Amino acid sequence: MTESLPLVSFYFFGAITVLAALAVVTVKNPVHAALCLVLTFFSTACTWLLADAEFLAIALVLVYVGAVMVLFLFVVMMLDIDLVPLREGFVRAMPVGLVVAVVMLVEMLTLIGVRTMQIPAPAEPAAAAGMSNTTWLANALFSQFLLPFEVAALILTVAIVAAIPLTLRRRVGVKAQNPAKQVMVTARERIRIVKMAAEKPADTGAAP
Amino acid sequence: MITLAHFLTLATILFCIAIAGIFINRKNVIVLLMAIELMLLAVNTNFVAFSRFLGDPSGQVFVFFILTVAAAESAIGLAILVVLFRNRATINVAELDSLKG
Repeated sequence: MTESLPLVSFYFFGAITVLAALAVVTVKNPVHAALCLVLTFFSTACTWLLADAEFLAIALVLVYVGAVMVLFLFVVMMLDIDLVPLREGFVRAMPVGLVVAVVMLVEMLTLIGVRTMQIPAPAEPAAAAGMSNTTWLANALFSQFLLPFEVAALILTVAIVAAIPLTLRRRVGVKAQNPAKQVMVTARERIRIVKMAAEKPADTGAAP
Repeated sequence: MITLAHFLTLATILFCIAIAGIFINRKNVIVLLMAIELMLLAVNTNFVAFSRFLGDPSGQVFVFFILTVAAAESAIGLAILVVLFRNRATINVAELDSLKG
């Protein structure tokens, strides 16, 4: 029983992954598609746990489910999408898509072969080296792949810098306060003191 | 006992679903982006499986980098999508032909 438990749970998570992925590409509402994608990522993270990739499984949940999919949901809910024109051609394109996907699937599965199903897994490499998966990964990441790691940080920075000006909108004709300007104001800008000669009231000559 | 072929088969099925999704949802940019994320996920599953079964950490390091680039890609893609919707009031791919000249 304990021998077959990983296999049973792999089939369980794999089935959920495939069903949720099918739902992503077929449901009508993009919000539901995004939620199904969350489920796909989550169950894939579970299968990665079965492959002893603990760090990446947690990173997938944090980065994808926590950040990217929330971004997707925000955008989908923010846009007021008319779904009817987007769905036209769905039924017409379905046979082509199915044929291409099934042919590709059969080809790839033939390539993978059934014989490899019998090859058992070797001992877990991280445990064989006497360390945790995270240590094992970090040893490679911070020695052999240090420069690519820095480049990855650079890519993320460039992505932020690129995404902000893209969505920044300067509206014209908007009346808004500028607190910095209000604080920096001096008396000279508010009151103008004019020097002028004193004037006597005009003498009308009708004094009492 | 889970073997390498189990993971490869799962990744293949995911990838083919994503291909079919691109074919049948070719008018909806949001679902297209989601299908691309599914494809990246399938590739990442392959990397994780090979890393596990060959005992090489490079595969998992690559998954790390792919996650980084995919996050940047979806952030910029969604930003472009928002700007597009603001200017054209549609995300239908068939109507986005202003570069045609």
